[in-house]
Amino acid sequence: MADILIHCALIILMPPLLLGVINRTKATCAGRTGAPLLQPYYDLFRLLRKGSVFSRTTTWVFRAGPIVTLAATLAAALLIPLGNHLPPLSFNGDMILFVYLLALGRFFTATAALDTGSSFEGMGAAREVTFSCLAEPVICIALLVLSRLSGSLSLSGILTHSSTTLWLNSGAALILLVAGLFFVLLSENCRIPFDDPNTHLELTMIHEVMVLDHSGPAFGMIMYGAALKLFILGALFLHVLLPLRVASPLLDWMIFFTSILLLAVVIGVVESVMARYRLTRVPQMLLAACVLSAFAMMLVMR
Amino acid sequence: MNSAADQLLVFVLLINILILGTRRTNIAIRAIAAQGIVLGLLPLMTHSFHSHILIITIFVLLAKGVCIPWLLLGALKKADSKEDLQPVFGYSGNIIAGAITTVLAFVFAAKLPLAPIHQGLLIVPASLATILAGFIAIANRRQAINQVVGYLMLENGIFIFGLLLTEAMPLMVEAGALLDLIAGIFVMGLIIRQINREFSSIDTSRMTALREVE
Amino acid sequence: MLILLLTTIPLAGALVTWLVPSGHRRPLVLPVVACLHLLLSGFAIAQPSAPLMNGWICLDAVGKLFLLEFSALFAACAFYAVNYLQYRKERNNRGICTGFLVCLSAMTLATAAHHLGLLWLAIETTTLSMAPLVYFNRNARSIEATWKYMLICSIGIALALLGILFLAYATVVAGLTPSLILNTLQGYAPSLPNVWLNAAFALMLVGYGTKMGLAPMHTWKPDAYGEAPGLVGAMLAGGLANCGLLGLIRIYQICISSSDVHFYKTCLIGIGLFSIAVAAIFLVRQTDIKRMLAYSSVEHMGLFAVALGLGGKALYGVMLHLIGNGLAKGVLFLTSGNIHRAFASKNREFARGTLKRAPWTGALFLAAFLAMTGSPPFLPFASEFVFFTAAFSQGHIITGSLMALLLMVAFLGMTLTVVPVVFGDPPKDRERTRYRETFLLVAPPLALLVVLGILGLWLPQPLYRLVVEAAGLLEAVR
Repeated sequence: MADILIHCALIILMPPLLLGVINRTKATCAGRTGAPLLQPYYDLFRLLRKGSVFSRTTTWVFRAGPIVTLAATLAAALLIPLGNHLPPLSFNGDMILFVYLLALGRFFTATAALDTGSSFEGMGAAREVTFSCLAEPVICIALLVLSRLSGSLSLSGILTHSSTTLWLNSGAALILLVAGLFFVLLSENCRIPFDDPNTHLELTMIHEVMVLDHSGPAFGMIMYGAALKLFILGALFLHVLLPLRVASPLLDWMIFFTSILLLAVVIGVVESVMARYRLTRVPQMLLAACVLSAFAMMLVMR
Repeated sequence: MNSAADQLLVFVLLINILILGTRRTNIAIRAIAAQGIVLGLLPLMTHSFHSHILIITIFVLLAKGVCIPWLLLGALKKADSKEDLQPVFGYSGNIIAGAITTVLAFVFAAKLPLAPIHQGLLIVPASLATILAGFIAIANRRQAINQVVGYLMLENGIFIFGLLLTEAMPLMVEAGALLDLIAGIFVMGLIIRQINREFSSIDTSRMTALREVE
Repeated sequence: MLILLLTTIPLAGALVTWLVPSGHRRPLVLPVVACLHLLLSGFAIAQPSAPLMNGWICLDAVGKLFLLEFSALFAACAFYAVNYLQYRKERNNRGICTGFLVCLSAMTLATAAHHLGLLWLAIETTTLSMAPLVYFNRNARSIEATWKYMLICSIGIALALLGILFLAYATVVAGLTPSLILNTLQGYAPSLPNVWLNAAFALMLVGYGTKMGLAPMHTWKPDAYGEAPGLVGAMLAGGLANCGLLGLIRIYQICISSSDVHFYKTCLIGIGLFSIAVAAIFLVRQTDIKRMLAYSSVEHMGLFAVALGLGGKALYGVMLHLIGNGLAKGVLFLTSGNIHRAFASKNREFARGTLKRAPWTGALFLAAFLAMTGSPPFLPFASEFVFFTAAFSQGHIITGSLMALLLMVAFLGMTLTVVPVVFGDPPKDRERTRYRETFLLVAPPLALLVVLGILGLWLPQPLYRLVVEAAGLLEAVR
C-alpha cells in the first residue's frame, strides 16, 4: 500500500523536476547560473492560474486534446513499475495497453493541432506522426525482446526481470536495446538532437509547433504531460539499463530516485554537447534505432 | 564459444550499419579502423592463448587498425570533398538494405550445417552479414574511398569466418592474405590519388568514358 | 627444387629492373630472364613431378602445361617489349618492367601451388602486380579502367578466399583433419558435406570467374584490355585469365571427385554458355579492336567453362585450348599494339588497311584472328573440334548446338571489324605516325603463330602424353 502511494506521489510530483534538472545541467554546461531547479513547477502554477483563449475555428477536439493526452499518459504511468516496485495496475498484456495509451495521447495532440486549421500546426502534426511511426516500433520491439527474455507478458514482469545475470548472458541484445531506447527517449521527448524544445523558429519545430494555439491551463497540462512522458520513458529505459536490485524497499526507491535524476543530467549533457540534426537526418537516426532493436530481437529469437 | 566474443561481433554488426549510414568519409574510415581493431581482438577471445594467435592479433591490429586507415585518411586528405554524395538509394535505403541483409544472413546461417562446437555462435551470421554489408557499400557508394571501405568490410567478413578455422589455416597463408590486402589497399590508395588528379574529384560516377556505345 | 628457382629468377630480375637507372637499358633485362625461364621451364617439365614442402608445391601435368604456356607467352612479350618500350620513351618503364617480372614469378608459383591458400596468394599477387601496367598510359580513360580492374578483381579474389575458407570448414564439419592440400582434399571430397562444398564451389567459380572474365563478372575486362598497351593486354589475356582458369581447374578437381557432380557441371555449362552469348552479342559491331579482343577472351573463357562442365573427352580439349587460346591471344594483342601505334587509334574508323601500312602486322593479325576463331590448321581448331565432338557424343545436343551458333555469331561479328582493319584503305587525312615495323615487333608474334600452326598439325609425342596425363588429372579420383 505504501509503495502504491509512493508510486502515485512520484508520478504526480516528480516529472517537472526532471525538466528543471535538464535545464540546470544545460545552463551549467554553458557556464550560466540557470533557472532554479523548481522553475517548471512555478511555470505550471502560473499557467494554471491564467485564463484560456480559444480560436473560433476550433471544435471540442481542440479542447479535449490536452486533457485526453494527460489522462492517457497518467494511465500509462500507472502501468509502469518504478524501481523494483510493482505498479498499481498490472495484468498480462498490459504492455500493449501501455503502447496504445502513449499512442492515444499522441493522436489527440496531433488531432488538436490539426483542428486549429493553422498550416504551422498541421506541419508539426505531420512531422510528429512521421517520426513516431519510426519511434514506436522501437518501443514495441524492445518490449517484445524483454518479454521473450523474461517469459512474462506484463510490464512489471518483463521490466523487473532484467538482472546482472541476464546482462552477462544476453548483454549484446540488451546493449542494442539500450541504445535504441535512448534514441527514442530523446526523440519522443523532443530533446536535442531530434527536436529543440526551446527553439523560437516555428519552421524547425516538431512538438512545440503543435501546441502554439494552446494557452493557460490547457498549455500547463501539455507541459505537465510532456514531463510525465519523459518520466515514464526514462523509467522504462532505466529498467533495461540498470539491473540494480536490493532487498530493502526504501533503498530501492532511493536508487530509482537518484538514477532517474542522473538520467536527466545525462540528457542535459547530451543536449549541451550535440547540435540538432537536420530534419532529414531525424528519420535516418530513428531508422537506425529501429535497426538496433531489430538486431536485438534477432539475437534473442535465434 | 563465449558471450564476450558474441558481444564484440554485435559491435561489428553495428559498425556495419554505421558505415552504411554515415555521410562523412572520415567517420567511415575511423569506423572501419575500429572494426579492424575489434577483429584483431577476436582471436584472443575465441581461442586459447597461443603464439600463433598472438602473432595474428598483432598483425591484424597493425594492418587493419593502423596501416590501412592511415593510408585511406592520407588519400582523403588529398581529395577535394570530405562528404560523399547521396548514395544511389539514399542513406535510409542503405541502412534498410543493411538491416535486411543482416536478417537474411541470420536466417541463412541457421540453415547451414555447422560443426557441433560452433553451434549457436554468432560467427557465421556476423561474417555473412558483414560480407553482404560490404557489397551494399561498394555498390551504393559513389566515392572511391567509400568503395574501398566497402571492400574492407567484405574482407573483414571473410576474416570473421576465418576465426572458425584458425587452427586449420597455416599462419603463412593468413599472413600472406593480410599482406596482399594491405598491398591491394595501397595500390587502390594510389589509384584514388590519380583519379583525384585526373578528374578533380573522387566521385566514381564521373568515370563514364568507357562504356559500350552502340 | 627447380620450380623454386623458376619463381625466384623473375623476382631477382624484378629487383634488377627496379635498380637499373637507365630507361633505355632496363627492358633488356626482360628477354634475358625470359630465356632463362623458358629454358629452366623445359627442364622442369621434363622432370617427373614430385611433391615438395609437405605437398604444398607440386608441378603436376596440369601445372606443367600452364607453365609452358606462361613461359612461351612471356618470352614473346619480353622480346617484343624491348622495341615497344623504345617507341614509348616518354613513359617511365620501371613500373612496367618490374610489374611484368613480379607477375611472371607469381604465375610460376601458381602453376606449382598445390595448397589452395598458396595458389590464392599467387593469383592475388598477379592481380596486384598488373595494376600499374594497366595504368601505363596515364590518362583519364586508363585510370578509369585501372580502378574497375582493381576493384572488381579484388572483390572477386576475396570471394575466392571465402570459398577456400568454406572448403576448409567443410573438412571441419565432416570431422576430418583440416587441410587445404589439393590431393588430400580430393581424397576427402566424397565425404564432405554437400552444402559447404557447393557453396565453396559457387564462390570460387564467381571469384576465379571474375579473374577469368566470365560473364556477368566480365565488365572490367573490355576496359582494362582496351586501355592497357597491347603488350600488357597479351599478358592479361594469356596469363592472368589463365591463372583464373587454373584456380577454377583446381577446385574442379576437388568437386568432381565428390559424390554428386550434377550441380557443378550445370553451373559451369550455364555460366559458360552465358559468357559466350554475352561475348557474341558485344562482338557484333564492336568498333574498338582491343575491346573486341577482350570480348573474344570472354568468349573463350566461356568455352573453357562449358568444356569443364561437359567433362570426359572435352577435358583433353581444355588442355589443348589453354595453350592454343593463350598463344593466339598473345599474337592478337601484340599485333593490335602495333596497329594502335601505326594509326594512333584502335578504332576501326581510323585504323584501316593495316596490310598496306604495316604488311607483316596486318598478315599476322589476320592469321591470328583465323587461328583464334578456330580455323585449321592452327591449334585452336583442334581443341574446338574436340569440344564439339565431346558435346555431341555425350548427348549434350542443345549445349553443342548453342555453342556452335554463338561461335558463328562471334566469328561473323569479329570479321566485320577485322576485315576493314586489315584490308581497308588507310585514312588519307590523318597525320602519319612515326611507327615503323621492326624485327622485334614482328618476330615474337610470328614465332608464336608458327608454334600454333605446327602444334595444330602435329603434336609432339611428349606434349601429347602431357596433355593426356593432365586431362586424366581432371577426372574424378575414385
